Amino acid sequence: MVVNSLVIQLLNGLASASALFLVASGLSIIFGVTRIVNFAHGSFYMLGAYVAFSITRALPVEAFDVLGELGPHVRFWGGIATAALVVGLVGIAIEIAVLRRIYHAPELFQLLATFGIVLIVQDATLAIWGPENLVGPRAPGLRGAVYILDQRFPQYELLLIAIGPAMLGLLWLLFHRTRWGTLVRAATLDREMVAALGVDQRKLFTGVFLLGAALAGLGGALQLPRETLNLQMDLSIIADVFVVTVVGGMGSVVGAYLAALLIAELQALMLLAPPFTIAGIEIAFAKLTLIPSFLVMAAVLIVRPYGLLGRPQAAARVAGAAEPVLRLATPELTRIGLAALAALALLPLAFGDYTVAVATEIAIFVLFTASLHFIMGPGGMASFGHAAYFGLGAYACGLAVKYWAAPMGVGLAFAPVLAGLGGLLFGWFTVRLSGVYLAMLTLAFAQIVWSIVFQSDALTGGDNGIRGVWPDEWARDKAVYYALAVALCIAGTLLLRRIIYAPFGYALRAGRDSPLRAEAIGIDVRRVQWIAFAVSALFAGIAGGLFAYLKGSVFPTYVSIPKSVDALVRVLLGGVQTVSGPIVGAIVFTGLEEQLARATEYWRAVLGVVIILLVLAFPEGLAGFAQRRWERWRGGGE
Amino acid sequence: MTRPSVIERRRFLAGTGAAAAALAAPGLVRAQGAPIKVGEINSYSTAPAFTLPYRNGIALAVEQVNAGGGLIGRPLEFVHRDDAGRPEDAVRHAGELINNERVDLLAGTYLSNIGLAVSDFARQNRRLFVASEPLTDAIVWAQGHRYTYRLRPSTYMQAAMLAEEAARLPAKRWASVSPNYEYGQSAVRWFKALLQARKPDVEFVAEQWPALGRIDAGATVQALAAANPEAIFNVTFGADLTNFVRQGNTRGLFERRSVVSVLTGEPEYLDPLGEETPEGWIVTGYPWDQVNTPEHTRFRDAYRQKFNDHPRLGSVVGYDTVNAIAAAIRRAGAVDNEKLVDAFAGLTFQSPFGGVEFRAIDHQATLGCYVGKLAVRNRRGVMTDWRYADGKNYLPPDAEVRRLRPQG
Repeated sequence: MVVNSLVIQLLNGLASASALFLVASGLSIIFGVTRIVNFAHGSFYMLGAYVAFSITRALPVEAFDVLGELGPHVRFWGGIATAALVVGLVGIAIEIAVLRRIYHAPELFQLLATFGIVLIVQDATLAIWGPENLVGPRAPGLRGAVYILDQRFPQYELLLIAIGPAMLGLLWLLFHRTRWGTLVRAATLDREMVAALGVDQRKLFTGVFLLGAALAGLGGALQLPRETLNLQMDLSIIADVFVVTVVGGMGSVVGAYLAALLIAELQALMLLAPPFTIAGIEIAFAKLTLIPSFLVMAAVLIVRPYGLLGRPQAAARVAGAAEPVLRLATPELTRIGLAALAALALLPLAFGDYTVAVATEIAIFVLFTASLHFIMGPGGMASFGHAAYFGLGAYACGLAVKYWAAPMGVGLAFAPVLAGLGGLLFGWFTVRLSGVYLAMLTLAFAQIVWSIVFQSDALTGGDNGIRGVWPDEWARDKAVYYALAVALCIAGTLLLRRIIYAPFGYALRAGRDSPLRAEAIGIDVRRVQWIAFAVSALFAGIAGGLFAYLKGSVFPTYVSIPKSVDALVRVLLGGVQTVSGPIVGAIVFTGLEEQLARATEYWRAVLGVVIILLVLAFPEGLAGFAQRRWERWRGGGE
Repeated sequence: MTRPSVIERRRFLAGTGAAAAALAAPGLVRAQGAPIKVGEINSYSTAPAFTLPYRNGIALAVEQVNAGGGLIGRPLEFVHRDDAGRPEDAVRHAGELINNERVDLLAGTYLSNIGLAVSDFARQNRRLFVASEPLTDAIVWAQGHRYTYRLRPSTYMQAAMLAEEAARLPAKRWASVSPNYEYGQSAVRWFKALLQARKPDVEFVAEQWPALGRIDAGATVQALAAANPEAIFNVTFGADLTNFVRQGNTRGLFERRSVVSVLTGEPEYLDPLGEETPEGWIVTGYPWDQVNTPEHTRFRDAYRQKFNDHPRLGSVVGYDTVNAIAAAIRRAGAVDNEKLVDAFAGLTFQSPFGGVEFRAIDHQATLGCYVGKLAVRNRRGVMTDWRYADGKNYLPPDAEVRRLRPQG
């Protein structure tokens, strides 16, 4: 009986692995060639499912009667294939309309555009298909179950088990037996070289997008008989797919299959494990469903920095790849900045409580964004999980209130300590990697923190959070708290700015631009990066602590992926390679969100469109653009 | 099976459409003076399946209140805000509604953690908050306070209704499947405690805790089957539920097993199941098509006429939120915050489900729900053998409530 259950559970894992693999392989291929971290890949998956739903419903049954018994099969599978194709075409449209225009922009900037697409697709799906969950049709001829070891096993799951390896085989043939596939592999290894050899990159990129999006669409469409269609499908799969892609090695299709298998089997088998007790603490594996995939990712990346079958990324040899030199602001700019500060200080005198509260929030996000920018810009380390440190800071305050009934000062002092310690711990592993792998490891750590916070009811209150984290009596007044928050945030931001221009900042930038040369002149690059990571976490923690007292409560959402992504968007929107970028980005994004959420029903779509337009208009970020215009106007700063 | 028509969202764009329409309609009694404003916060973009019918219910009730001359001579107006599923956004909106929109009270919220966040805001700022939808027990018990009242039957009440039914079953070996967050955890905890209080020889042999919205349905079904329970207590809902049911049906998990399930009879969750609705499950829910009391028929007809769609449970909750607030304002005879808070204690009003009281002891409304069995009729899930379980019969004794809720 136990063995039977085990075998069936292994089969369940295989079926889930196939589903994951289809989506992950598309993401992997797109990344391998275009280097785009495609946040919208989950949206392609969701679109595939919804489009397949509509097509299989719209195709009239009678039209397929001429085919006799084959009719229902052709109708169903034709619908699935068409849906995959439709999503592929959507992928092409996005590539041509948006992404093609920004390939020359700094790395990761395209990510911002795909984030805009996620928002648009979410609202479009809601508008087209409505809010209610949809249940798709079952596959004709595969409705039932077969008996395996005296247990009923769905026929459709068996088919899925076969589809995964079959697609893997087809993709292998495509990549190894066709000219196009060979070019794609070549571009994955070294796309500049491929371009130099006269291959039309545009066609290659568009083709890759077609394939990747269609694979995701197919993955979604194939879920029709087993998954309920709902508006959260995109976000619930994207994290898993990122994990699979990274564990397998970005750009490696075989690796993606191995990783999907590893993670799906682990998750399935875990459900069978009975709870057990260690040192008086009961551990129920069935409760920890979200953690293992991220633990696997962290473990794999620590041992194999490029995933199971990945290879080190060839450095992109874009012309002028070295990041621009940061210069101190001219006296004029400094005066403008000081005037802006003075205006901020007077804000509470002129406006009501709510405006002051929003301004406080913006100030906090300025510091949070500046802390992320510190490692992303000068440090060259993009963190996809910076909310971990923001959240640790907030939880430090929450826990101080919950367990010690501590006054605000203690909470605010504890916040950077806890966040900084988190940064020290995670940073030690993180700085050993680079590029997207580094970013994904930060995401893994953030998800681990999130899972612990979310699932440790006794300690953190779980998803209900910790409430009653209000400021001390003297700072209850909105204007007073605003003054406190602005003072701390500006001091923090200025301090970060100071560090960037200090010898430490120069060492950090040297490590980013040329690790080899930096090592040669005696800079311990890893150590510098490690310290920078911890410093950044520390400042994020201060922002988190201030946020906790502003909201009066602490929740797992503070550590969640969307918080990390928002931070990333703020940095990119402002511009990575300017020191004032994070300030501009935080103000613009937070302000936009606040205004739009009140002004319109479909605010996510509008926000998405605005982001894409900003991306197209200002590929170097808002502050980067302003800086360039300023320099041109002042006759150049060089 | 035709899909229900898409709910009209734009109609309520500023939340004032209904009120304005009523004001403009000729021949009606017009309420004079500045409107009484209710600031309403909910997860419109992240839980639209529940919150959009809910907002329809609000719009209908507001229209009726204003057509009847408003409240104490003033029209009623709702200002809606989308919290995007984030407690921190809900708190920001609460501040904005009070400081900028100058609303007279707060209402709404769907997710428990958001309900608790806004409730804490209400306590801090001493403003009335009518929590319409969140189910968590904490909002009226452990974290209860003077300024928050809650309308919907709580997790405890739902568990108590089902434990009563479950105790009548012969099953001794139980398993549970529940989303892994506070709502799922307390539902299982209460159900276990209440069932074992009635039948001490019941044992729970397996627990599955899928993450909300992320169930690995095939593996979960298999793991439950491996423990071979005689009966299953289900707390999953929404997409998780549908996936679980489909895999369970195909794999025969529900054959020769009793299943007791929370919320599954609500149209929000039952409608999507369609012909795959598992027959014989004992559920709490809302058989909108079969409740033919005069007050419900009146509500259903008006709802259908206005929206060309059938009501969901959310519609009733929205409708009753307005009715409760209207009753409180009439009782207080003013919109003064403290007077309104006092008026809510022991307030009675008429719901489409019958008479409801907001208990003074813990601020919980006695709104109940329907308990019955699932069946498939015309390829559609319906409830059969149902009865109305009045909420007042499914709350703990007063002494126990005083222990659960901080007094003073």
